[in-house]
Amino acid sequence: MAVFKIPYADLGKLFAAVSASEKLYLPVDNKLGQANFEEWEEGKEMSKQLNTVRSAKDFFFPQIQPLVKFRREDKKVDIIDIREESEDFVIFGAKACDVRSFDVLDNVFLAEPVDTQYKTRREHATIVSLACNRPAETCFCGTFGIDAAKPAGDVESWIIGDDFYMEPVTDKGQAFIDKVKDVVAEGDQAAVDGQIEKIRTIMGKLPLADLKPVDNREKELEVFNSPKWDELSSHCLGCGACTFVCPTCQCFDIEDFNAGYGNVERFRCWDSCMYNEFTLMAAGTPRKTQKERFRQRFMHKLVYYPIKNDGMYSCVGCGRCLRKCPIQMNIVKVMKTLEEDA
Amino acid sequence: MQAELIKRATELMEDGTVNRVLGWQKGQFVYDITPAVFTSVEDLKENFVYNAFCGDNLSKYLRAESEKEGKVLVFLKPCDTYSFNQLLTEYKIHRENVYVIGIECNGKTSGEDLKKKGIEGILDVEENGDELTVRTIYGDEKVSLKDVESYRCATCKSRKHVAYDELIGEDGDILDSHRFDQVEEIEKMSAEERFNFWRGEFSRCIRCNACRNVCPACTCEKCVFDNYDSGLYNKAAENTFEEQCFHIIRAYHVAGRCTDCGECSRVCPEHIPLHLLNRKFIKDYDALYGDFMAGAEVGQMSPVVDFTMDNDAEPSVVQKGGAE
Repeated sequence: MAVFKIPYADLGKLFAAVSASEKLYLPVDNKLGQANFEEWEEGKEMSKQLNTVRSAKDFFFPQIQPLVKFRREDKKVDIIDIREESEDFVIFGAKACDVRSFDVLDNVFLAEPVDTQYKTRREHATIVSLACNRPAETCFCGTFGIDAAKPAGDVESWIIGDDFYMEPVTDKGQAFIDKVKDVVAEGDQAAVDGQIEKIRTIMGKLPLADLKPVDNREKELEVFNSPKWDELSSHCLGCGACTFVCPTCQCFDIEDFNAGYGNVERFRCWDSCMYNEFTLMAAGTPRKTQKERFRQRFMHKLVYYPIKNDGMYSCVGCGRCLRKCPIQMNIVKVMKTLEEDA
Repeated sequence: MQAELIKRATELMEDGTVNRVLGWQKGQFVYDITPAVFTSVEDLKENFVYNAFCGDNLSKYLRAESEKEGKVLVFLKPCDTYSFNQLLTEYKIHRENVYVIGIECNGKTSGEDLKKKGIEGILDVEENGDELTVRTIYGDEKVSLKDVESYRCATCKSRKHVAYDELIGEDGDILDSHRFDQVEEIEKMSAEERFNFWRGEFSRCIRCNACRNVCPACTCEKCVFDNYDSGLYNKAAENTFEEQCFHIIRAYHVAGRCTDCGECSRVCPEHIPLHLLNRKFIKDYDALYGDFMAGAEVGQMSPVVDFTMDNDAEPSVVQKGGAE
C-alpha cells in the first residue's frame, strides 16, 4: 500500500481529525518524564520516551474490569448484565513489542471460551504502531522474531527527520488513513526503507542482540527441576512489579465487591503469580515458596505457553521488567542461566 | 573499593569468621545489580560487585539470613545501618549471626536515574571519582555523579554508620540535606490542593506492592492487604480512593519505625514519591517530641510505637478503657 506523511509538528492536526469520530490514545509524558497512554485532547503531545511504563495490554485487559452485578431482594437474585459493546478507538504509537503482545493475549482470551469483553475491545481498536528509532540496551524483541523497524498493527509508522510517515497494512489501517487524508500527503517509500535499514542496524548492535530463546518444549520437567531456580529466585521480593508492567502477563482473579443493600459487583483484576495468595484454594496454595512462584512465571512464559501455542513464547522482549524489578532480576538473566544447563 | 571489599570478605571467609557473604552480584549491564549471597571465595572474585549502582538496602534480607546456620557477612551503607538497627530493635535479626562491615557511601545512582537524563542504550559506565563516563550505543556521555544521583541520596539524612563491626572507608556525618523541603511545600498547599496532589500521584499506582515488599519496616508475616479475612484484602483497588487507603495505611504502620532509607520511592515503577508520606511523619515527630530518628540506636523508644505505664505515658485514656 502507499506511504503517507505529515510534518511531525502537525501531528496535532491528525489527532484532531481522528478524534472527531473516535477516541485516540497515545503515550503522553507526565511531569516526571515517564510516559503512559492517555486519551488525546487539544494540547497533548506524543511522548518521545522509548516506551510507556504500563504496557498497551490495558486497552484490552484492564487492571480492573467489572463483569456482572447481582442484586438480592429477599430470596430473589437478579443477575444484571453490564457488558457493553466497545466503541471504536485508536491506539497510536504502540511499539512493535506491545503490538506482538496482543497476539500473545489473543491466544488466551480469544480461544474457547471466548472472552467477549476482550473480543469487543480488540475488534473496535485500530492500532497505529511506531518503529523504534532509539532502542535501549534493555530491548530484545528481536529474540522473539519481532522487528522494531517494521512494527506491525493496522498502520505502521516511522519518525523520519521532521516528518511522520505512515503505511496502512490492513483494511482498518486504510480506513484510518481515509479519515486523515486531508492532513497527510503521499510519502516516499525510499525514505521509509532507509529508516528501516537504519533501525535494523542499531538493533544489531544492542547488547542483547545475540540472545536466542531455547526451545524447551521437550524438556519441561528437566527445566522445572533445574537446581538453578534456587539461586535465581533467592532474593526475589515477591512483589508484582514485573507482572504488572509486563505486556503479556495475563493472570487474573475474580472477586466480589459487596456494595451493600443486597448489591454485589463481581469484577476481575490482575493477579500475579509472584504473590503468595496466587491461586489460593480452600486446600491452600499449590506453590508454597517464592522459588515455586518465581519459577511459575518463567516456566509459563518460556515453556508452558510455547507448548500450548506452537512454540510461540509469551515474552516480547520489551525490557520493562529489566527496568522495573526492584532487585534487577529478570527474564533475560533467567534465560541465560537456564541456557548454561542446556 | 570493590577490590578492598572482596579482599576483606575473602579473609573473613577463610579465617572462618563467616561462612557466606551478603552483597551485590554483577548483572548483564553495569547497573542491574542483584542482591546475592556468596558462599565461596571463587564466587566472590567472579561475581561480587560494588559500584555507584549498588543501591539496594540489604538489611531486610538479614531477617531470613540470620536464621540460618553460621555467621553471615553483610556490607551496609550508612542508611542501611539505620534499618539494621531498627530491625534489631524489633527483634527481627539475630545479631550474633551477623558480621557487619560498614562501607563508605558517596551517593548512588541507578539505571533509571541515568535514563531520566535521556541517556539510553547504556553499554558501560566508568567511574572516576565523582565523574561517570557512560558509554552508549549512541555515543559517550560524561556526567557527574551529583547530576544523576538518586533523589534519596541527594537528600540523604546521614553518611554516618550507626552500626558496624568494622568499617571500610571513612565514616561520615549526619547531614542537613534539606530532606523536608518537599514536605514543607506540600504543607503550604490548601487542603484541596494537597488532596488533588496525592490523588494524582496515587492514581498512577499499579498495586504491585514493590514499595511494601522492599521496605525494611514492612515485616509482617502476612500483610492485612494479603489476608482474606482482614476485611482490607485486595489485589487491586477498585478505585483510586482505595489506592490511597493502601499507601496511607502503610505509611501509618511504618510511622516511628521508618528510617527514611528511601527504598519505597526507589523501587516504585511509577515513581510515586512515597517517601514524602514517611518524611511528613518524621518531621512531625521532630516537631512534637523532639528530634527522633528510628534506627539511630538499638532499643531506643519511639514516640508513638512504645508505651510504658510508669514512665512517659499519659495513662488516663488507657485506664478508662480507651478513647471516648
